[in-house]
Amino acid sequence: MDLILTQIINGLQYGLLIFLAASGLTLVFGIMGVINLSHGSFYMLGAYCALTLTGMLGDIFLALLVGIPLAFAFGAAIEWLFIRHLYKRDHLQQVLLTFGLILIFNELQRIFWGPQPQSVPVPKYLAGNIPISEVMGYPIYRIAVAAICALLALGMMYVIQYTRIGRMIRAGESNREMLEALGVDTRWLFRFVFAGGVSLAAAAGMVAAPIESVYPGIGEHVLIISFVVVVIGGIGSVRGAFVGALLIGLADAFGKVYLPQAASVLVYALMAAVLVMRPGGLLGRA
Amino acid sequence: MLKDQNRISRRRLLALAGAGAAGLAWRFPTPALAQGTPIKVGVLLPYSGTYAQLGEAITRAMELYVKKQGGVLAGRPITFIKLDDESAPPKGPELTTKLVEGEKVDVLIGTVHSGVAMAMSKIAREAGVPTIIPNAGADILTRAQCAKNIFRSSFSNGQVGIACGQVMAEAGIKRVVTANWKYAAGEETLAGFRSTFTKGGGQILKEIAPPFPNVEFQSALAEIGSIKPDAVFAFFAGGGAVKWLKDYAAAGLRKSIPLWGPGFLTDGVESSIAGEADGLFTVMHYADDLDNAENKAFRAAFEAEYKAAADVYAVQGWDAAALLDAGLKAVGGDASKRDALNAAIARVTFNSPRGPFKLSAAHNPVQNFYLREFKSGANRFVRNAVPALADPGTGCRLGA
Repeated sequence: MDLILTQIINGLQYGLLIFLAASGLTLVFGIMGVINLSHGSFYMLGAYCALTLTGMLGDIFLALLVGIPLAFAFGAAIEWLFIRHLYKRDHLQQVLLTFGLILIFNELQRIFWGPQPQSVPVPKYLAGNIPISEVMGYPIYRIAVAAICALLALGMMYVIQYTRIGRMIRAGESNREMLEALGVDTRWLFRFVFAGGVSLAAAAGMVAAPIESVYPGIGEHVLIISFVVVVIGGIGSVRGAFVGALLIGLADAFGKVYLPQAASVLVYALMAAVLVMRPGGLLGRA
Repeated sequence: MLKDQNRISRRRLLALAGAGAAGLAWRFPTPALAQGTPIKVGVLLPYSGTYAQLGEAITRAMELYVKKQGGVLAGRPITFIKLDDESAPPKGPELTTKLVEGEKVDVLIGTVHSGVAMAMSKIAREAGVPTIIPNAGADILTRAQCAKNIFRSSFSNGQVGIACGQVMAEAGIKRVVTANWKYAAGEETLAGFRSTFTKGGGQILKEIAPPFPNVEFQSALAEIGSIKPDAVFAFFAGGGAVKWLKDYAAAGLRKSIPLWGPGFLTDGVESSIAGEADGLFTVMHYADDLDNAENKAFRAAFEAEYKAAADVYAVQGWDAAALLDAGLKAVGGDASKRDALNAAIARVTFNSPRGPFKLSAAHNPVQNFYLREFKSGANRFVRNAVPALADPGTGCRLGA
């Protein structure tokens, strides 16, 4: 019984974390039409940023407060330097450029932080665990991660649903030309969306840093699983990404325990099934 | 994985072709032994990915060894030609071919990941290039697929597992859950462990094997918590080891279920786990504070050169260079005498930082396995638990 309970918590916690990473990807993809392969690199940079900032400030949450604006500015700069030249070009060129960014970020990571795996300390006041059976507990920090991710998710949905910029984002997602015709400067909107996407990926990397060991290539599996989430949820749909991420989290957690032989393909099988039944994604437009 | 391999390999290939052509140009006029011309050592190691740090430690120790000899082995300067294999088995054949055919290296040294080493040694065996494996423990390389030109300065996976199983059974542990990545090294270590642990009266309740290099361990920990074994035997290395130790501790399992494993759990990642792994017992063919002159000199030199503590991977790199050194000396620095070089390396005995070192008939080290305790950032010697353990070498006909 405690195994099922633990796996439900594990699945939700993992799902919320990958939702945070994938929501940025789905926004950038859905609204700007840019395939951003370097999304995983922003997750990695976030994790390393947390490593450095936690070392300086002493607490992961302070690091988060400083790191998210930094990531936003960094994302805006990357958009201005590279991404804005891609909007009118085809997907292949987008893939080329963003793949190039992966190589650059990996090299920068190696220059600044080196190859050895490193640890970010969990804050002392969240270090313990909540007993769930007589031999083990559930780490409090992981629950905090889930809570932070859920809060950020709610915040993002509020912004998209109830604010002016949110309306512009939704409008851009459904018809870009009409939005431009109405006098919205999409250059700034796109810069905001891209920087927001980078911040979300970096934020996921930062909150995950204390539960992952921070190592080179930490963002690679995040990139792939984020694409799976986007495909399952429907391109551009933040709610779809939310549902997709939780589904993947739970499928992964229970797959590992009850179908260990198939665990590594289970999430992809889930994706294939969704594609067959709803080609546009669970909450996307077919 | 999404990687633009084409562009890199084309450019690299061009550079290599150029280098190869240049190499041919100056080699033809002096076909015999040329004192002073460098010996080309092809180094295939991971410099990125989860095993990046292992590759770096091995490289550093090899370069340090050569530097300590004044930059020459047996009168010949040494040129290391390093390629990053990323611990990706599909890259093994291509990169090995680059070194063997493109660079025409005299000697090969590599690698960390067993899967890559399998691909590498297959090509090396056919090309006849003397090859020293400074880490990858795939059993078969010094068992059924042993070869006169393939040597290992590290361990075989089975050998490590055999030692662990024996030590844990002797400690009176009866019921265990095992956890390792599902790849050759993990499965062979487990097979070795199973053989001695069950013979010693132990029982394996469950074998958990996530795919390599997956580090999402929460599900495995949840299962361990629900099975409640006497102990857990875990084999992970590098970044995965750090993650495993942290998650194991965070789940509160360190207090309730003792964790055991090969030294890979704590070696090479000491700084990342200091404090969290204190009191952890591991079994390995090396301990940081081994009391012998070679170890002290080695550690001091490594520390002075790199401002970092040496680990078992550095020892393996050091010994790979030592094997090469002894072999080259026996043939007067003429690496083209391959048969003589191979025979000389096979006979080498010396005092390694890990203790007495010699190779078995199948070219795997015969070595002590130590029980160590992790304390204040180092793997402390507890006792020489399995002295002079040799891999069974099943299926190898060398020296028969």
